Amino acid sequence: MTHWYMLTLVGKDRPGIVAHLSAALYDGGCNLGEASMMRLGGNFTIMMMVQFDGNISALKHMVEPVAESMGLHLHLDRIEAKLHQHLEPDVRITVYGADRAGIVAHITGALAEAGLHILDMDTSVAGTEEKPIYIMQIEGHAAEGVGALQSALDAVAEKGVEAQLETIDTMIG
Amino acid sequence: MAVLEILTYPDERLKQESVSVERFDDELRAFLVDLEETMRAGPGGVGIAAPQVGRFERIALVDCSVTRKPVPNHGFIVLINPEITEWDGMKVGREGCMSVPDYTGNVIRAERIKFTALDGYGERHEYECEGFEARAVQHECDHLDGMLFLDRLVSRRNDLFRRKVYQSK
Repeated sequence: MTHWYMLTLVGKDRPGIVAHLSAALYDGGCNLGEASMMRLGGNFTIMMMVQFDGNISALKHMVEPVAESMGLHLHLDRIEAKLHQHLEPDVRITVYGADRAGIVAHITGALAEAGLHILDMDTSVAGTEEKPIYIMQIEGHAAEGVGALQSALDAVAEKGVEAQLETIDTMIG
Repeated sequence: MAVLEILTYPDERLKQESVSVERFDDELRAFLVDLEETMRAGPGGVGIAAPQVGRFERIALVDCSVTRKPVPNHGFIVLINPEITEWDGMKVGREGCMSVPDYTGNVIRAERIKFTALDGYGERHEYECEGFEARAVQHECDHLDGMLFLDRLVSRRNDLFRRKVYQSK
């Protein structure tokens, strides 16, 4: 019986993490599904769907030595998962401004009330230590229409924060 | 009339170059009818190219008059042996493809193009189009060269900020 697991790994970034990890998983008979991997604040982070015939302790036993050798924290969950279930985003929201606490909470709170289902989001802190800027990009589904989101965004937009919304009109050819 | 079977990647035939159409006969026109029916059967499809149904000739159809949000368009266009002659501007936009189910990605295309194409009777037409319709034409012309939008993907995470239009002083 084959199962899906969500494998989460976090540790100090260095070259070769993905290659080492994926080789170990391949040699151990795993198949990889969808994954998100990125460098966040000097750490490398991996969230990866792994398909494996054995139980969770067998998978942990397989991955632990690799994770330890690369200084990565390991977390494993058995998950219910299906591939080929992508939801298509129909709206993109980009926000940037001088970094301060509360930007994400205020904006996503207002958007959630107006029907936004976030499908993909990433944020970054750029600029300099003295003058950091916060940059946020969201793709999602506007369950109550794009107009509702635009109104919510206009209402919550604060001085010094630039917020833009555009529709994603996917061309299917 | 028939809805034809759509080839889906990794079918290698989608990567082959199609040949020019030489004969403009009833058989060709009957094929155009089937191709149109196939395009309209796919949910949300605004274009289709002959190689997507296993006919490796330079034939495609585009119809951007049916989009959920109206866009500038020329209605139903038959593109036989199409040639894009001018490109202007660049824009990132989201594309999907009936031959690549369950995936969409960002692709850079020219914002405005001019192109020529023959119709089902071999008559030559010239078109100028922009935006969504120009994107559809470029996507379909790519199919005729064995190219998929997967060959042109750009990052989902970067370069997505809408460009502001700067007023000239």
